Amino acid sequence: MIVVDDLHKHFGGFHAVDGASLSIQKGSITGLIGPNGAGKTTLFNVIAGVLQPTSGRVTMDGEDITGLPPHELFHKGLLRTFQIAHEFSSMSCRENLMMVPGNQSGETLWNTWFGTKRIANEERALRAKADEVLEFLTIEHLAEQKAGQISGGQKKLLELGRTMMVDAKIVFLDEVGAGVNRTLLNTIGDAIQRLNKERNYTFVVIEHDMDFIGRLCDPVICMAEGRVLAEGTLDEIKANEQVIEAYLGTGLKNKDKVGA
Amino acid sequence: MDLLNAFIALSNYVLIPGIAYGSQLALGALGVTLVYGILRFSNFAHGDTMAMGTMATILVTWLFQSMGLSLGFLPTALLALPFGIAFAILLLLGTDKVVYKFYREQKAKPVILVIVSLGVTFIYNGITRFIIGADDQNFLDGQRFIMSARDFKALTGLKEGLAFKTTQGITIVTAIIVVALLFWFLNKTRAGKSMRAYSDNEDLALLSGINPERVVMITWMIVAALATIAGTLYGLDKSFKPFTYFQLLLPIFASAIVGGLGSPVGAIAGGFVIAFSEVTITYAWKKVLGYVMPEGLQPDGLVQLMSTDYKFAVSFVILLIVLLIKPTGLFKGKSV
Repeated sequence: MIVVDDLHKHFGGFHAVDGASLSIQKGSITGLIGPNGAGKTTLFNVIAGVLQPTSGRVTMDGEDITGLPPHELFHKGLLRTFQIAHEFSSMSCRENLMMVPGNQSGETLWNTWFGTKRIANEERALRAKADEVLEFLTIEHLAEQKAGQISGGQKKLLELGRTMMVDAKIVFLDEVGAGVNRTLLNTIGDAIQRLNKERNYTFVVIEHDMDFIGRLCDPVICMAEGRVLAEGTLDEIKANEQVIEAYLGTGLKNKDKVGA
Repeated sequence: MDLLNAFIALSNYVLIPGIAYGSQLALGALGVTLVYGILRFSNFAHGDTMAMGTMATILVTWLFQSMGLSLGFLPTALLALPFGIAFAILLLLGTDKVVYKFYREQKAKPVILVIVSLGVTFIYNGITRFIIGADDQNFLDGQRFIMSARDFKALTGLKEGLAFKTTQGITIVTAIIVVALLFWFLNKTRAGKSMRAYSDNEDLALLSGINPERVVMITWMIVAALATIAGTLYGLDKSFKPFTYFQLLLPIFASAIVGGLGSPVGAIAGGFVIAFSEVTITYAWKKVLGYVMPEGLQPDGLVQLMSTDYKFAVSFVILLIVLLIKPTGLFKGKSV
């Protein structure tokens, strides 16, 4: 569905993404793992149009989407969430969700004055949908709460909810589990699995929690130093020498180091 | 002691002019704060945008006056105002397309945009003076007073008169209507919410499919309307002189910063704080104190803390104090 071909992103002399090539299958939940600074988030940012690549190509269903601005990618069904949850802090959770679908008729000045009826109908439908999403995520009690005041984990759920307001094709989740407790993490995991099965979302998940990855993701891609190191099921990845070297480490090796 | 007369004198010289001036500053500061919130730079060209919009309004007013059109006891300028606003909208959208858009696409730093806006200021200023001249222009017509000091004295039999100028009444009423419309727009409409969302978290707004160019366009249109209205009201109330509008930049920025840049409520509060500080500090209190103080303690001097020539110093000092003590302003805007 998404094919990344020899992607480079350099910040001055630092090569954050250094020739990454990978492909993501439709309907999969692909895990993206790797040590800190491996270029995972930069890769996300380049794919999602926040950063321009230095070179390389990104295609989605065969269409070249390299360097398109975020709001255009959004309309093509490519969404992402942030490592640190973002929200419109001064708006309620429901309003946050209602902001999402793009190209609403109320966005133009003309309709604000002369298309009030159409806007009202649209808003009613959106409101119902937002409430549905909040219920799906089990945070319906937060509907009226200002999004700036809810907990970090709840913000992560809200971010996930944002992707449910439109018919997304592919969603990039950047460390959904970071700083989230076990129960909430399970809720998030359930939601991801349900969205994948019921709505046929494709997910790409950056995560450090191996249990979470193991439960959800197949295949798993491991990155290090801006490149793809290995790809396969989690068990294959865990057995891969290079991956162990760069990321997972072994108790034994650490002991050796201590001994030396 | 004569508290009633003291209050009338205070209203006449401090309260009413202060409220009118505060409304004008608030409308100006709202424009500055919106540009700061959405486009993320301090728009130094705002004062001269006001001048340009007002100039267009004046030209249309003169045209209407020569055609014999009038609004009776209201100034003809109100009839010309929509044309002035339309001109200012075209002007700002044109400037954005030719100038600001280029820097936005480069993702230029705010400080670069500030200097760019300074350049735009000089161009606007030059055009304004080229077209209408650098002198004072009078375009006020209609009835001068809602209530003149003499009528008030005759009506109440009090020693002090209370004058209420038509322009002051119009300023206050217009400001209330404009602010109410603006807040309704920002809080209730989808377009306004996109603006707030964009101001709150740009990354997220972009990734939520909000079209940034449309948000920017709507912002410039609203700013043009606010600038023209503020400028015309100020011109009606005082007089129109291009250079005065450039000078107005200081109290307007002081208002926006005192209230908290990026916060519309703050801009309004800031406008009144600055206006009242300026008016109270440059007002000669002799008359009011003469009524309030007991016999024998009445002042002989003017009791004017500062000459009106120095009125801009007041905004400057307030600006400095706020930036030193509370850089985010009264209503928690973005820190400068």
